[in-house]
Amino acid sequence: MSNPTNLKYTASHEWVKTEADGTITVGITQHAQELLGDMVFVEAPEAGRKLQAKEECAVVESVKAAADVYAPVSGTVTAANGDLDGAPETINSDPYGAWIFKMKPDNAADVATLLDAAAYQAVVDSEAH
Amino acid sequence: MTLKTTPLNAAHRAMGAKMVDFGGWDMPVNYGSQIDEHHQVRNDVGMFDVCHMRVVDAKGDGVRAFLRYLLANNADKITVPGKALYSAMLRPDGHVIDDLIIYFMTEQWFRIVVNAGTADKDIAWMKEQAATHAPKLTITSRDDLAMVAIQGPNARAKVWQVLPQTKAATENLVNFQAADCGEYFVARTGYTGEDGFEVMLPKEKVEKFWYDLNKVGVKPIGLGARDTLRLEAGMNLYGQDMDETVGPLESGLAWTVDLKSKRDFIGKAALLANPPTKKLAGLVLLDRGVLRGHQKVKTAHGDGEITSGSFSPTLEKSIALARVPNGVQIGNTVQVEIRDKLLNAKVVKYPFARNGKGLIS
Repeated sequence: MSNPTNLKYTASHEWVKTEADGTITVGITQHAQELLGDMVFVEAPEAGRKLQAKEECAVVESVKAAADVYAPVSGTVTAANGDLDGAPETINSDPYGAWIFKMKPDNAADVATLLDAAAYQAVVDSEAH
Repeated sequence: MTLKTTPLNAAHRAMGAKMVDFGGWDMPVNYGSQIDEHHQVRNDVGMFDVCHMRVVDAKGDGVRAFLRYLLANNADKITVPGKALYSAMLRPDGHVIDDLIIYFMTEQWFRIVVNAGTADKDIAWMKEQAATHAPKLTITSRDDLAMVAIQGPNARAKVWQVLPQTKAATENLVNFQAADCGEYFVARTGYTGEDGFEVMLPKEKVEKFWYDLNKVGVKPIGLGARDTLRLEAGMNLYGQDMDETVGPLESGLAWTVDLKSKRDFIGKAALLANPPTKKLAGLVLLDRGVLRGHQKVKTAHGDGEITSGSFSPTLEKSIALARVPNGVQIGNTVQVEIRDKLLNAKVVKYPFARNGKGLIS
């Protein structure tokens, strides 16, 4: 699975999709779900919570380890994906479809500064050994 | 550092394994979903590469008496040929060197299987003790042997499909009993809480054996599922649930220590002189999350610590073994510190699952 080119990315392995209404949808990448293994719990942030860029705001817990998910930009959480409660494994089977939370960025321009697919791939390649 | 490899390394990679460094060995942690692999073993059959574990043969006159002295469990318990016994091997101070299984084959031959990470230490200790207590014994590390575990309700049938020549000698084996079938040593033992066989065979034959099993429908299972299976079955893992800093009585192993007979064994005096103040308890997490090793446990009787924790695919809850103060009882609610929060867990009797079924409501 290659990194979809219509998304933005962070160096901490989140993907970001800009929606028509200016909100963004956030999940974790194929690379991240592969490293973590079978997901068993997701703790998503509550709607209304204000986040700073790079703040820990969610936890994805696999059989192997718990990993923090970081806010890609500053903003306010608008929704959490309730479907993940009963089916956390969709993060493994469909990492770009299984979103974790949505938020309204404080500054739309911040999203443009995130990594594109090629730059994210470079991050992944540099981690490989 | 170059990792050690088993003869099945190429086969694992060909089967799509995700390989990891497991105590210095290049081993498969999964071949896809470790949760699927877990269910596969509980419901059907799966195979594990356990070549990294070590087979040791102790031979000669007096081997039974030597093992009676060396081990915390009593070798005299096994008198039917092929019968196996699980035991801890202790230091004179009563702490655990390793846990292992011995098989009584003849009065001149006991086979011993020890853990991978402790094998060299174990063998050196056995030889040192034999030098003074049983100098005529030979203790041989069987580096020529490989081992595969086939586990699950359909495991034995699959082994017989691939090794039909072993069926007559093995179809009446009871649980915890082995048969020497020439090139194949077949034991009805395992580390999953399911039925099955562990097969020891010459290293040159193990790759074909692995592929032959795969051809009759046996799926490969990685170390990730091996850990969730053994934890559900309430089986200890040396290095996590016990090590050289603790004794068997604080590690859920009292049932394997024979203190009743007059027999002397290494560590007996220390055990009798130092009654334990802690014990191993089973925990089920009541809140959402995953219990993991080293998390602190807060109880009405003082603090404890999780030794092994994970997610139980059979129960769909998180479970753990924890070392807690003696006063803690089954049914108590305790708190576990997870990422700066205190989550509630219940103390339960374990094993948590066996023979395909969860045992905890």
